[in-house]
Amino acid sequence: MKVEFELNGEAVAVQVEARISLADCLRDNLGKTGTHLGCEHGVCGACTVLVNGDAVRSCLMLAAQVDGEKVVTVEGLSGDDLSPLQASFRKHHALQCGFCTPGFITTAHALLTSEPDADEERVRDVLSGNLCRCTGYVPIVEAVLDARKFYPGAKENS
Amino acid sequence: MKVSNSYVGRPMERVEDMRFLRGRGTYVADVNRLGQLHAVILRSSVAHGIIKSLDITRARAMPGVRHVLAAADFGAAVPRIPLRLQPLPQLEPFHQPVLADRKVRYVGEPIAIVLADTQGIAEDALDHIDLEIETLPAITNREQAEARASLLFEDHGSNAAITWSAFKGDADAAFKAADYVRREKFAVQRHAAMFMEPRGFVAEWNAGEGKLTVWGAAKTAWYNRRVLAAALELEVEAIDLIEVDVGGGFGSRGEFYPEDFLIPAVARMIDRPVKWTEDRREHMMTANHARDIECDVEIAVSHDGRFLGLRGRIWADIGAYIRTNGSVGPRNVAQYMSGPYRFENIDLKATMLTTNKTPSGTYRGPGRFETDFIRERLIDLVAKDLNIDRVELRRKNLVADSQMPYPLASITPFDSSTELDSGDYHAVFDMCMKEFGWAEKSQLSGKLIDGYYHGIAVGSFIEGGAAGPKEDARLVLETDGSLSVYLGSSSVGQGLETIMAQIAADATELPYEKITVHHGSTSHVKDGYGAYHSRSTVMGGSAILLAAEKLKDLVRETAAARFGCAPAEIALDGEQVGFSGINLPLAGLADAPLEVEASFFNKKYTWAYGTQAAHVAVDPGTGHVKVLDYLSVEDVGRIINPLTLHGQAIGSIVQGLGGAFLEHLVYDENGQLLTGSFADYLLPTASDFPHIRSITLELKPCPNNPLGAKGAGEGGLIPVGGIMANAVADALSHLNVQPMELPLSPARIWQLVEDAGAKH
Repeated sequence: MKVEFELNGEAVAVQVEARISLADCLRDNLGKTGTHLGCEHGVCGACTVLVNGDAVRSCLMLAAQVDGEKVVTVEGLSGDDLSPLQASFRKHHALQCGFCTPGFITTAHALLTSEPDADEERVRDVLSGNLCRCTGYVPIVEAVLDARKFYPGAKENS
Repeated sequence: MKVSNSYVGRPMERVEDMRFLRGRGTYVADVNRLGQLHAVILRSSVAHGIIKSLDITRARAMPGVRHVLAAADFGAAVPRIPLRLQPLPQLEPFHQPVLADRKVRYVGEPIAIVLADTQGIAEDALDHIDLEIETLPAITNREQAEARASLLFEDHGSNAAITWSAFKGDADAAFKAADYVRREKFAVQRHAAMFMEPRGFVAEWNAGEGKLTVWGAAKTAWYNRRVLAAALELEVEAIDLIEVDVGGGFGSRGEFYPEDFLIPAVARMIDRPVKWTEDRREHMMTANHARDIECDVEIAVSHDGRFLGLRGRIWADIGAYIRTNGSVGPRNVAQYMSGPYRFENIDLKATMLTTNKTPSGTYRGPGRFETDFIRERLIDLVAKDLNIDRVELRRKNLVADSQMPYPLASITPFDSSTELDSGDYHAVFDMCMKEFGWAEKSQLSGKLIDGYYHGIAVGSFIEGGAAGPKEDARLVLETDGSLSVYLGSSSVGQGLETIMAQIAADATELPYEKITVHHGSTSHVKDGYGAYHSRSTVMGGSAILLAAEKLKDLVRETAAARFGCAPAEIALDGEQVGFSGINLPLAGLADAPLEVEASFFNKKYTWAYGTQAAHVAVDPGTGHVKVLDYLSVEDVGRIINPLTLHGQAIGSIVQGLGGAFLEHLVYDENGQLLTGSFADYLLPTASDFPHIRSITLELKPCPNNPLGAKGAGEGGLIPVGGIMANAVADALSHLNVQPMELPLSPARIWQLVEDAGAKH
């Protein structure tokens, strides 16, 4: 079947089997290999992408479900330079092997876009849906809290 | 005058992050080759049984299915996987075949391999393979294994593979003469490394060149290449194992598994590229499990609290076969139970038992996590019995600086002896107490506040690192003046590119920005050993130091030839060489790249060490434990990058907390794995353990390598299980709750409280 949607700001059209997940479509059909598959049962969050701004598990969603929608992957969140959120991850050493990182970046970006003043408890609560085996989460939480100031609407900006 | 580089010791942001953060990494699942087929493996759904029939006809006939291969397709006898570490002849009967031929011995054991146009088709085909297995009784615990209710290896006649013996002094005499002896049974549950990126391989055979290329190598590529070459009857040089970005290892990834043979072998057999990626359930029932020990041990102590001896038995459930490094954990439990404390008399025996479960291997702090749980629990029990303060009891028995080097127990039958190299254990202990605020927090000990009982605990540990025999580095000064560093060390996500560039920049005095580090692939250096036993930084970094001196000599010789002078007359000044007031840039100094190689050899382990303390609050109604403060203080000799080192420490502690509270691979009586998803196997999450602190020191540089560094990738988690159990016991001291088993799940603690309440 043919699926058309907006990916990282550009219109794309792909032919996929109906049973193909959004994650497989992004990785195999569209070359967006920044979206990672860690469990394929919706727990680890490595495959998180943004669909119309919401963080979703692309392993649990069919490609067909994004027909006509706007999808953003980790590749769509920055150009040659790191985004402020990504730079904050680097500064705080919030990643080691990097495999879970795209899911944390997309999840945190969705959170701070809608809740730029999220407090530590809220950040931990939201990030608790993503698994990281390397960092122990402490630096990830620090990185996300430190990046709040770069999101419009944060108290510090107003 | 130009100031020498000083990148070592600085918190350099990582080179790797630039690609990882933008989704530009290349992990093995991101590798694709033209014309590749997708492999999926048929695995046993039975824990123990005889394969009666295997009919692939229906699967083979499915559109898109190209091949279905089983043991018979790999010759008269399928290869068996040899041991990388402690290879002993008596363990050979327990080596795993790459495909089950007659018998299956665990759920998940490979039986056949399907190759199809897509992974989906290959997975569909599994349902169309007709497999009949006659079930045998499953061995799922020590009692059954010892009773020989059923034998995994009938020819061997026993389910016990080997017994390790750790010995020092005269334990029997020490126990006979001791004022006080305490004997207890402990158990640590089966859990696993559980790295986030599933394992995978892409293999391609180039028939014209007779060359096999395999992407997806990790940890020990050079060793694995030798095993693969032998199994495929190829020259070692005909195979290249390529390390792409690696999504975590922790001891488990990169050991030689059945798929390490199967995927390259079938690619060569069918002369087409083959790609395989495991799914999470497959990972949980195939990649090495770990820990899973029981023990019955006793400690002998003088009336004034001097440790005299350790004695007892340990049983390790290693699963269905012995994996490449399967002896390391059980051996370490026995050899390192004394930890950082003086014990002059030791007699500990560790028996490895085969059962119908997934085979075991190393996981970060192998054997050390388990043995520190046992030892630190024993110490707190001794303190209670003898009414000695547990802090003073530990201080009294820590190995003193003046006693270094201090020998640990020796081990047999694969004989080894080792000694603690250096350290001021008391200074680190005291610093931990002070930074933790032990005196103030101890006021809360056993107090009930808002429904939670508070408890604190402290424990000390040692962390072995830098296993030999050697590591290689090759430095290439390119004609544009940049430096390429090629290493036998490998990356499992720990930031190797950054750390090695820091070391290389200081050693060569070339700009950090002009250094590129390549590692882990067999094409880079002739020989390599890799990433295990916290060795990459010490071994690879030391090899870089040696190679840098050779490179400087070569640059002097090259420049001397240009200037027409003696090499000793050449002045090296960063990116320039000078003679008699004339300077030339390194870029363009020679027409071809200048290349040197060096090996760093090491026979002695490094011993990082530290003390950790924790404050917990226990809800007696639910058994839930809140970790209110966790502090680790560790001396690593020399810090290369505090940012990455701190990351290792914190990450390791949280893994340890996972092992202490959450993670458990549970089997039923039929040998079925009940925890096959992340919904059942619980990893720590962002909301579980927010309060973790780590301090790392450079008190005592290691005397055995030119960096002065001690391996420090594992330490954090080593004492966590013992400290958590002691903190819970302290919190519930009014009930005399004494946890003897991990994990400290809510259900277990609740039960302990219930049982204790019934007694009081």
